Order: sequence, then C-alpha cells, then structure tokens
Amino acid sequence: MRHDISILIIGLFVVLSTASIVAAILSARAPKPLSATLVNLTQRINAWWVMVALMTVAFFFGRYGMTILFALISFAALREFVTLTDNRRTDHWVLLGMFGIIIPFQYWLVWTAWYGLFVIFIPVYCFLLMPAITALHGDTERFLERISAQQWAVMISVYCVSHVPALLTLDVPGFEGRNLLLIAFLIIVVQGSDVLQYIFGKLFGKHRFSPTVSPSKTWEGLIGGLAASSLLGALLSFITPFSPLQASAVAFIACTMGFLGGLVASAIKRDQGVKDWGHLIEGHGGMMDRTDSLVFAAPIFFHIVRYFWTV
Amino acid sequence: MSRLSLRTYTLLQTVTSVSLSAMAWAVTGVRPIWSGSQPSERQRIYFANHTSHGDFILLSACLSETERAKTHAIAAAEYWGKSRLRRFIAEDMLSSVLISRHWTSEEEHPISIMLSVLDQGHSLIIFPEGTRNMGDERLLPFRSGLYNLSMARPDVELIPCWIENMSRVLPKGQFLPVPLLCRVVFGAPVAVAPGEDRRAFLDRAHDELLALDPRPERDD
Repeated sequence: MRHDISILIIGLFVVLSTASIVAAILSARAPKPLSATLVNLTQRINAWWVMVALMTVAFFFGRYGMTILFALISFAALREFVTLTDNRRTDHWVLLGMFGIIIPFQYWLVWTAWYGLFVIFIPVYCFLLMPAITALHGDTERFLERISAQQWAVMISVYCVSHVPALLTLDVPGFEGRNLLLIAFLIIVVQGSDVLQYIFGKLFGKHRFSPTVSPSKTWEGLIGGLAASSLLGALLSFITPFSPLQASAVAFIACTMGFLGGLVASAIKRDQGVKDWGHLIEGHGGMMDRTDSLVFAAPIFFHIVRYFWTV
Repeated sequence: MSRLSLRTYTLLQTVTSVSLSAMAWAVTGVRPIWSGSQPSERQRIYFANHTSHGDFILLSACLSETERAKTHAIAAAEYWGKSRLRRFIAEDMLSSVLISRHWTSEEEHPISIMLSVLDQGHSLIIFPEGTRNMGDERLLPFRSGLYNLSMARPDVELIPCWIENMSRVLPKGQFLPVPLLCRVVFGAPVAVAPGEDRRAFLDRAHDELLALDPRPERDD
C-alpha cells in the first residue's frame, strides 16, 4: 500500500511540476502583458497544486480526513448552488436544514457505513419532507420551481458528493485497507479527463458538441479525452482491484458520466445567466466548477464497484 | 463626549474584528469587488445599502486590518444603546459609534458626532437609508446626512458599497444565518457637484449605489 501511494504521489508531483515548468516557459516567452489564457492557465495549475496538497493531507488522515474534506466540499458546493437559485424569505428554515441537518447527517451515515439509510435518506426522506415544510409555510409562489431547485441542490452537492468518501465503506475482497486508492483512482481519472478533453479540444476541436449549452465542448475533445482517460485508467489499474481492461472500462463510464455532469452544470449556469458557480478558487470559479464532473461520476462508480466487486 | 475619544483598537476590539471577519468569510465567502475605487489609506465614508445587522461586519471584513482599525460603523442608539450589554457589544467590541434619532442637545446631534470622528482622522461606515430596509424596494431614499457630511468635509471620499445577498443570508426576524455567497461591490467615489442641491445629490448618490448591484433582477 505504501508503495502504491508513493508511486501515485510522485507521479502527480511530476505531472504538476511539468505543467508548472511549461507554463513558466510559455509565460517567459510570450509578449507582455500576458494573455488572459496564459494567466488563467497559471492560476489553474496553482489551484491544482493546492487541491493535490489538500487531498494528500486528507489521504494521510484516512477515513476521518476524507469524510471531513468531502463534507466541507459539499458545504461549499451547496452554498454556491443555493446562492444561484431564486429562493424566498419563507424558505429560510428549509435552507438552514439543508446546511445544518442534511449535510452532517448524510456524512454521519457515511462515517458509520449505514448503507441502507445512506442511499435513501436524501432521495426519499428529504425529497418528501422538504416540500412539506415549504407547504406548511403557506407560500405557494413559484412553489414547484423553488422545491425543485432545493432538491436538486441537495442531490447534487450533498448526495452525489457523499458517494466519494462512501467508497471507503465498501468491502472488496482482497483489497482490504486500500479503499483510499479507489478515491484516488476516481478523482485522477475524472479530473484528468476534464483536462485531457480541454487539451484535445484546443488542439483538434472543430465540431461543436452542443453549441447551445457549452460552446467550448467539441466532439474531437470528447472522443480524444475519453480515449486518453480510458488509457489512463488502464495504466492506473495497479492501484485498483480491477484488471487493466476492467479499469479502462470503468474509467470510460466514469468519464462519460463526468462529461454529462459538466454539460448539465453548464445548462444550469446558462439558465441562471452566470459564467461560474462562484468565486472560491482563483482561476477556477467556484467549487461546483471543479466538481461538476466528479459529482455525476461518483454515484455510478460507487455502484459499479459495489455491484461487481463486493460480496 | 468622553466616549468619543477614539483610540486605536483595544485588544478586545482586535480579537472581535479578526474573529468576526473570519466568521463572515466562513459563512458567506465574502469577497470585495473593487469597481471604480481601490483599497486605500485615505480617509473615507463608506455608504452602503442596509438590510441586516450583519451588513457592516461584511463590509469591514473586506477592508485591510489597518483600515478596519480606524473605520467605525454608525449605529442607532435607539437599538444599540438600549441595554448595557448591547452598548458593550456595539461600542467596546465592534467599536461602532452610536447616534440618536431623537437628540436633544447640540452635543448629541448626529452630524456633529460623525464630524468629530472624521476630525480624529478616522473613516466611517454609514447607511444613508437610515434604517434597515425590510420592504420590497431595493434601496430606500437617502436621508440628508451624507450631503451634510460631504459639505462639511469635502476632502473625505464618499465610496458607495453595494452589499449583495445579505437580505437572503439573514432575512427579517431571523437570527440564524443561511450560508450564501456574498460580495461587496465598491464603486467610484461620489462628490457634491458645484451648485448641486441637497435632494439632487442624494438621489444621484442613491442611483450610483443601486447601479453597483451586479445582479439587479434577482433581488427578492
């Protein structure tokens, strides 16, 4: 296990250092003042350093670290989601409950590995009780719109995100004590796929995938990115319970979901008339801008592993 | 008048201001947007929209530590002076300056109190609407204080500050804040034009503050 992790951390360090060096050389050669793209590139790489550092720290604290880290990510994502949606004064108690009850309870379920309630707490109990509280307040203005936005907010930013640390609760025979590496695999493959799609899109992008939703996504970027990240998945199979072929298939599915997550997030942002979810991370926008693909990939990845690899 | 001799921060005020700013950031992720003015050591009057008790905490969280130590929010004595505890919180912890709507002596005149703060080289945070805005109007008409201050001390910059979302974080009658992202937009300084009359200036300052709202269609 120590061996796997060292290879992984050294690998990430090499990749990020290369990126930083390339960005520094490009910036040194480029005419001043630097173009917005280059400034953004440097900011993004720096933010990646911070994210990798945070993940590494959480990694060493194991289950505690991961559960707390992802609860905080849920908090930041939910805050962005709720800020963006149009709620009314009468929604105050429901909103408070989302932050004060739903997040802590859902992550407590992750911590205690209470699978049965973990999967239904938000889609069943919160789904029914949140609109009931809103109805009890008696304010029917834009009722359906408000409760839908609230339910989407907790589904996306709490329920889906909580599936990442929930990977630690799975019992995969022959993989005991190494579940943290499943999280590393998922995050590297899905976030790597975002970057690879961006690179392939910049290099070869011609045909827009969906001009009305996200003008920057192209077919060339999608196909190149998915192929490359499936290959990346196969290369990383040594840290997983999967064979190389299985790893590339799982990576392919997770990254496809990730792509769709990005698409849905773009559609929501477009509908609300904003470019970014928030202003948390310099150069990256908000937390949701970084996690939209992970959010869609995590539950599917979780259930694939649970269905095929646990007893 | 003894309570108006302003010193630099006491230890209590420093601890309070640092922890309140950290708390404001944890709850609202507050970030300043400088759009027309820049952070500066200059003496200023920050004037802002007022929807909740948290407004000036958010605004001062956007200032540097040294700026914060010499910037005082003006608060209503009718509310903050009501009990010894409230007065302690307002004056000794938050270093606000209390003014009374129902002043009797010349010494209690709100403008002379505010001028005495300015004359000690400190900056002010004021809410020219005069009260917390609880209605559907985005910004109430301004009271005349802003005009009077500017006429009396024309060298002090008047900076409009739009505080976003606070009415949603802490709606009327609630005491628990919902964490929502907030921004404070600092606009270009406003000054009384030569020959401009009181009402015209107040309306213009009002409109310039309103124009800073980054998402005007969303206020509710």
